[in-house]
Amino acid sequence: MKAQNFSIMGSNKTKSAVEKVAQWVFTFCALCAVFAVFSITAYMIINGTPALAEVGVTDILFGTVWKPTAGEPSYGILYVILTSITGTALAIFMGVPIGVMTAVFLAEAAPKKLARIVKPAVELLAGIPSIIYGLLGLMILNPLVYKIETFLFKDSETHQFTGGSNLISAVIVLAIMILPTVINISESALRAVPKQYKEASLAVGASHMQTIFKVMIPAAKSGIITAIVLGVGRAIGEAMAISLVSGSVVNFPLPFNSVRFLTTAIVSEMGYAADTHRDVLFTIGLVLFLFIMIINIVMTRLLKGGTGNES
Amino acid sequence: MKKKSVKLLGLILAMTLTAALMTGCGATTEATTDAAAATTDTTEEATEAVEETAEVVEEAAVEEVTVEGSISMAGSTSMEKLANAIAETFMEKYPSVTVTAEFTGSSAGIESLTAGSVDIGNASRELKDSEVAAGAVQNIVAIDGIAVVVDTANTVTGLTKEQLVSIYTGEIKNWSEVGGADQAIVVVGREAGSGTRGAFEELLEIEDLCVYSNEIDSTGAVLAKVAATAGAIGYVSLDVLDETVIALALDEVEPTVENIKAGNYFLSRPFVMATLGEISAQSEAVQTLFTYLASDEGKQLIETVGLITVD
Repeated sequence: MKAQNFSIMGSNKTKSAVEKVAQWVFTFCALCAVFAVFSITAYMIINGTPALAEVGVTDILFGTVWKPTAGEPSYGILYVILTSITGTALAIFMGVPIGVMTAVFLAEAAPKKLARIVKPAVELLAGIPSIIYGLLGLMILNPLVYKIETFLFKDSETHQFTGGSNLISAVIVLAIMILPTVINISESALRAVPKQYKEASLAVGASHMQTIFKVMIPAAKSGIITAIVLGVGRAIGEAMAISLVSGSVVNFPLPFNSVRFLTTAIVSEMGYAADTHRDVLFTIGLVLFLFIMIINIVMTRLLKGGTGNES
Repeated sequence: MKKKSVKLLGLILAMTLTAALMTGCGATTEATTDAAAATTDTTEEATEAVEETAEVVEEAAVEEVTVEGSISMAGSTSMEKLANAIAETFMEKYPSVTVTAEFTGSSAGIESLTAGSVDIGNASRELKDSEVAAGAVQNIVAIDGIAVVVDTANTVTGLTKEQLVSIYTGEIKNWSEVGGADQAIVVVGREAGSGTRGAFEELLEIEDLCVYSNEIDSTGAVLAKVAATAGAIGYVSLDVLDETVIALALDEVEPTVENIKAGNYFLSRPFVMATLGEISAQSEAVQTLFTYLASDEGKQLIETVGLITVD
């Protein structure tokens, strides 16, 4: 007994030492993340603001002409900002209904055997590198979209043909890319709906479909909204895939116009940019950074609101 | 266990010390002989490093006697790649010569030359009569050629300069207007800041007037896009042409090295390294530089940066 007591005492001592060390390690790790966020924010602001001062805030943010290497350069990125907003919004409109329906299918309607195929497929979709989406878009989607384009604008005198590299192609690629996020989160949200809701609804005579649309989805609303916000985050930050399919010319974001997103604007010109041109690319980065920050803040608010409602 | 680890630690320490010693050795030899060759990164294998250092010392000792001094260049931004490559390899070969290059633009470079502030004025065009009158001598070291490419299904085999200008400024939108099939033209180009785009627009005198439907950020991607898109037209530097696309004849001249050397193909420009007075009247270092460029080694260097050599 005595020996055992002693050993417990001893282990307590080492335990408290381990605890302390672990505490330090955890604190250090946590500080790393905080440090990274602050240094990135500081870096973006330091590098992104000089061009705003040099060119003028309104000239950059509300200018529509992007000619960074002309004799009298102009650095208007309004169309670029609008493209990012429109492209993301359209991708959400296209991807979210499909994603939510897939989640409903997986959580409620799927026969077990089929679900066993669909679920891993969705998870694989999440793991495919974005450049692969881009390549497939370039080789398969662009020619298809070009066919639609030639059909629609057969008699147009003014339309500039894009060869399929346009907003529509980019939106389709983005919509596919946000699917796994939307599906996975919506599915967990649907599964988290208390069983009683469903049972009660079925008991009062509602059909299965009525139960899904009138009870399950409204009950899983906050989770689905989270899925949408995460999808927006993924879509607005995507660069590689859409740089291959969007055509990368600064134009007003019409479906069959070749367009340039905030992300692709940086990617495509960073290589040879110099002086003010380079600074403006950093400013574009800052704008993108602010967009993502806003989305994150909105998401945290929503998440907090969601738990508040449930409790 | 403890003894073993101490031994291991000792061994590692000894190895590190040896490595450091070797590096030190390399560095001192380098400093005394100014031989900037690959001595520093061979410290892992002692014997090899020693041998190599010895070799470099010998080589440097021979050349040090023959050439020393400095060469300053200023001029064309298009020649940046070539000038930097020359400066780098030349200084490696002749460690006692310092080559500096500034990129101020062709006209500014020749002005600096005639004003006597630099040894070589770089110009990516032929010298003007006024510049020759001021004493600048035109030494063409390389030729930059650009090919206009279309997809292999296109029936058009050649364009005139006017037609090419009209296509790229958006006046001609259909291949039927230039003798081809009734098919829309997809105008593919490079991103702002690209040297190829700069040269193309400058040679056609359509700087910042081009209406692109695709701005692609690499030569390879331009080739891929043109090859995959029916009715596409694009431009790439001559050295990357392959059988996936058709290179158009311009003003009925095929884009071949022979035609470019003969000066018949208009989408090409000479890279001039002008000197004040004949080469034979220059400093020894400058003369060595031109001898080097005319040697097989120099020609190979010119080809590696994607240019055509002159005989």
